[in-house]
Amino acid sequence: MMYSEKVMDHFMNPRNVGEIENPSGVGTVGNPKCGDIMKIYLDIEGDVIKDVKFKTFGCGAAVATSSMATELVKGKTIKEAMKITNKAVMEALDGLPPVKVHCSVLAEEALQAALWDYAQKNGIEIEGLNPPKEDHDHHHDISEDNE
Amino acid sequence: MQKIYFDHAATTAMHPKVVEAMVPYFTENFGNPSSIYEIARKNKQALDEARDKIAKLLGADPREIYFTSGGTESDNWAIKGIANAYKEKGNHIITSAIEHHAVLHTCEYLESKGYEVTYLPVNEHGQVDPQDVLKAIKDNTILISIMYANNEIGTIQPIEEIGRIAREKGIVFHTDAVQAVGHIPIDVKKANVDLLSLSGHKFHGPKGVGVLYIRKGIKIKPLLHGGAQERGRRGGTENVPGIVGLAKALEIAVENMEENTQKMTELRDYIIEGIKSRIDHVKLNGHPTDRLPNNINFTFDFIEGESLLLLLDMKGIYASSGSACTSGSLDPSHVLLAIGLPHERAHGSLRITLGDENTKEEADYLLEVLPPIVQRLRDMSPLYEIYKKEQNLN
Repeated sequence: MMYSEKVMDHFMNPRNVGEIENPSGVGTVGNPKCGDIMKIYLDIEGDVIKDVKFKTFGCGAAVATSSMATELVKGKTIKEAMKITNKAVMEALDGLPPVKVHCSVLAEEALQAALWDYAQKNGIEIEGLNPPKEDHDHHHDISEDNE
Repeated sequence: MQKIYFDHAATTAMHPKVVEAMVPYFTENFGNPSSIYEIARKNKQALDEARDKIAKLLGADPREIYFTSGGTESDNWAIKGIANAYKEKGNHIITSAIEHHAVLHTCEYLESKGYEVTYLPVNEHGQVDPQDVLKAIKDNTILISIMYANNEIGTIQPIEEIGRIAREKGIVFHTDAVQAVGHIPIDVKKANVDLLSLSGHKFHGPKGVGVLYIRKGIKIKPLLHGGAQERGRRGGTENVPGIVGLAKALEIAVENMEENTQKMTELRDYIIEGIKSRIDHVKLNGHPTDRLPNNINFTFDFIEGESLLLLLDMKGIYASSGSACTSGSLDPSHVLLAIGLPHERAHGSLRITLGDENTKEEADYLLEVLPPIVQRLRDMSPLYEIYKKEQNLN
């Protein structure tokens, strides 16, 4: 299995790693069972994503797709961010090995989960945004696993 | 940058003396051992010598040594061949949850053909309890297949005892000894085994060649039908250079075993202690003492194995992991799950397997670069973030 140079670059030098205090929205997706967890923090002012940070537990592709997804939405409007699909993330990384495509799906889902959280907190509706496919077991797993 | 190979359980480099022994059989002695002219007779002789040598090193009779294309074929042949030969007697097979896929997937295939398979659990160190084997035996049990030593966590099984039980109950006993042969002393008689699989490339021999030891008197059906090679039990022109190389490699491995075992055990324990003392939230997987001299397997909490391997690779260190991402599936290692690790910890494992050429300097380099790599991945892990917040609350 080979990663593209861009994937390796974003894995070795991930952009936007970290947390945002009092974020406008946070989204966590994935679960420890499949070996990938992504958490994306958004700082939204007006309609614009001013800042974005992420934390990821996962393989090289998981880190790289998180990094690229955050790069793609930084400074964009919410409407523009809604257009960032897993395909866009993959293309920006010059592709992913077939077994790693799910990582890019996770990145898209993490982003949308953070936007959903923002929309919920502010009582607004974002066109085309669906609630995250959240399953409470995942959160249960996460907290339990850190006893 | 230095390059350090710490993945000897995956494969090994060939010993120069092994290459040297093989070369003539690629060029001047190319004849087919089944032919009757002079250059072929030479090959027949080389084949016989290799068989004698291997038999002697394993405590077997030369007529009990059958050459195959490697560990996978040996395992497939042993299990399917016995299942086929004893199907009148029964259809139940006993194996363990931590076998290599060459055994597990073969058993699963047989299940699809109507056989019944019991997958015995292992304890936290990865050992099968011989009493569990005894309890699992039924009237229709025809085969017990338990590996000699595990490829991921290095745990050595109580083979003699399981073999004794199998012998008393009159059930055929196979062991996949691919990771054990050439690394720890093995005598097929003492081990009470009826069939034993081994592979050349795990002890500085060539790839694509292996052995199935079949004890005299054991009925087995062929896996590969064809010519009368291997006493009519395995068709196909013999891989003479490979067989000569395997015999030479095993001879060298056994000659140097005592010295290498001491050296590698010291280095192994040095690395184990070094990792434990330098990094928090780690766990050594496998048995503390009933363990292959070259195996180190750690779980690092909060991080994932493939990321760890990629960063080690950047530092010139080549190792392995039981994470899903390195297996090409979504599930992490079945071995780590079987010893009771939760999924996310099974994803965060690192396997280091030593060879006799590894040095203390290389171990020191690993111990120097590993802690910052683990910390770097933890710093970007949401699991570590949750853990730290919980610590702050307490």
